[in-house]
Formats: sequence, structure tokens, C-alpha cells
Amino acid sequence: MECMTLLPFVEWLASTRGSIALHESLYMYPLIESLHVLTLMLFAGTTALLDFRLLGLGLRKVPLSDITAKLLPWMFTGFAIMVTSGALLFYAIPVRSYQNVFFRAKVILLLLAGLNAWLFHAGIYRSVERWNHDEVLPRRARMAGLLSLVLWALIITSGRMIAYNWFDCDVTTKPTILWLAGCTERNSHP
Amino acid sequence: MILAFAQWCEASGVGTAIRESTWAFAVLESIHLISLASMGGTVLFIDMRLLGLGLRQHPVAALAADVWRWQTIALSALLMSGLGMYCSEAVKCYYSTSFWVKMCALAVVILFTFTIRRSVVFAPEGRHTRVTQRLVAILSLALWFIVSASGRWIGFSG
Repeated sequence: MECMTLLPFVEWLASTRGSIALHESLYMYPLIESLHVLTLMLFAGTTALLDFRLLGLGLRKVPLSDITAKLLPWMFTGFAIMVTSGALLFYAIPVRSYQNVFFRAKVILLLLAGLNAWLFHAGIYRSVERWNHDEVLPRRARMAGLLSLVLWALIITSGRMIAYNWFDCDVTTKPTILWLAGCTERNSHP
Repeated sequence: MILAFAQWCEASGVGTAIRESTWAFAVLESIHLISLASMGGTVLFIDMRLLGLGLRQHPVAALAADVWRWQTIALSALLMSGLGMYCSEAVKCYYSTSFWVKMCALAVVILFTFTIRRSVVFAPEGRHTRVTQRLVAILSLALWFIVSASGRWIGFSG
């Protein structure tokens, strides 16, 4: 089991020069984190607008493909910035992030959000021509919108919670949390 | 006088309850961020259209009519969650430059949004020149940027 974990990899990552430099920098880390947070408006905000249209909460007179045509470039730009800045934040604190239950929850939720988006685009969206101008969209499109809203709200929440140390390996003693976080005897609470 | 208000806020039931709870501040922060994303998205949507980027075949006023409400709802959620967080650490905020930059920019942008920006957004097509529309959009984006960036910085300073 031990050989299957990524712990040795993240420990190596933490020992690299770039990681130490980012970790110890006075301004780089807060600046990257601010970029990460502010880009929420660009990425999650535009995603939410698309979801609102899918759910029929507004912009019902605007054909769906007009909205995707306008919003998708912004969403992709926002996503690229989120992933890059997020990766750098992880790179600055690799081991603690890897052993953080909120970080782990966030990764799973991100995969689910990606799956939801992929299922939407590869599925119901292929027949968009037929219902593009409808004010009330097909059930599957509405479901995709709702799921996306819920997942992104959870992702933002779990992302924010990573900063708190309630469940860190050297703080918590709860066996379930220690197991979920993949804590080892080396870095757990004595 | 403001310092006295801050001290009263921190000592109040709400301020104490949030400060002493493990989860309350973190939950308020999360609500604040989700609302930030929603409001930022609608602001961008309207301002990008004012700048003439995308959806040109749809009038600004028609697009804004649908999303203006969300902007107001998200802004209310931001103000309420923000007030809760403020109460729990009002004295720290009093001494934070970032906090005061944010509050000043926030006052200006709220006033601007619900007066000038609203009237330009909902004006009949052709009432305002392209230049006016773009100026309003750029001002709105710049002000919100200052509000959110200095807001994030409150957490780093002090």
C-alpha cells in the first residue's frame, strides 16, 4: 500500500529549489493566491451564468449557442489561470496540501465537475440545434447546469478550507481523518 | 468614533460568536467567495458587452435586465457575509490599510453601479456613445478589481 502513495513524490517536490523559494517568498505566494481567488470571478462567475441559462433562471431569450460562444473563451482563459496558479500554490506547500482532507475532496470534486461538463458536451449538447432557442431546456441540460452550480460551490468552499489546519496530520487525532488524509506515523500527532 | 464602533462590534454577541466558533468565519468566507464569483461573473458579463465584446446582436439593456438581479442578490450576500467577518475582527480592520482602501472603493463602486452605470446600461440603444459605454465598463471593472484585490490583502496584512 505504502508504495502506491504519492508521498515520496510530494516530499521530493517540497525539496526542490522552486518550491522552497515560493514557500519562503514574502510577496509571491500572496500574489499568486490573490490571482487564484480573483480569477474565480472570470471562471466560476461565467460558468455560473451559463448554468443559470441552462436552468432557465435568466437570459432565456438568448440562444444557448450565443451564450456558449461568448462565455467559453472567458471560461477557458479563467480555467487556465486557475489551474496554473493552483498548481503553483500546491508546489509551494506540497506535503501539507497532499495530506489535507479538503485538498483531496477538492480534487475529487474537480474530477466530477470535469466529468459533468464532458457528459454535457458529448451528450445532450450535440443536439443543441434542435432546442437552442427554447426557453425551457431539456431535462438533461438543466441537470447539468444544476450539478455544475453545486459542484463549483463545493469546490470553492473546500478550496477555502484548505487554509485551515483543523485536520492536519500533526493536529488531529481522529483515526478516520488520519486515514483519509493519508497521514503516516512520521508526521502524525505524537 | 470609528474605533469605538469597531470595539463595540467586536464585543457584540455576533462578533464574539463568530470569533469563538471554529467554523463560522470559514463558512462566512466561503459564502463570501461563492458570492464574489457570481457577482464578478455578472459584472464581467455586462461590462464585456458594454465594451462591445460578444453578443452584439442582443441589446445591452435586454441582456442586463436578466442578470442585474443576480448582481444585486450576490452583492447583498457579499455585504452580509462581509459584515459578519468584519464584526469578528473589527479592530484589526480599523488598523488595516487594505481594509480602508477596500471600503472607499466599495462605496464608490456601489454608488457608481446604481446611478451612472445603471442608467447607461438600461438606456435605449443609441442614447450613449460607444466611448461613454466603454468608459463606464472600464471604470466598473477597475473599481471592482481594487475592491477584490484589497479585500484579499486584508487577510495577508496584519
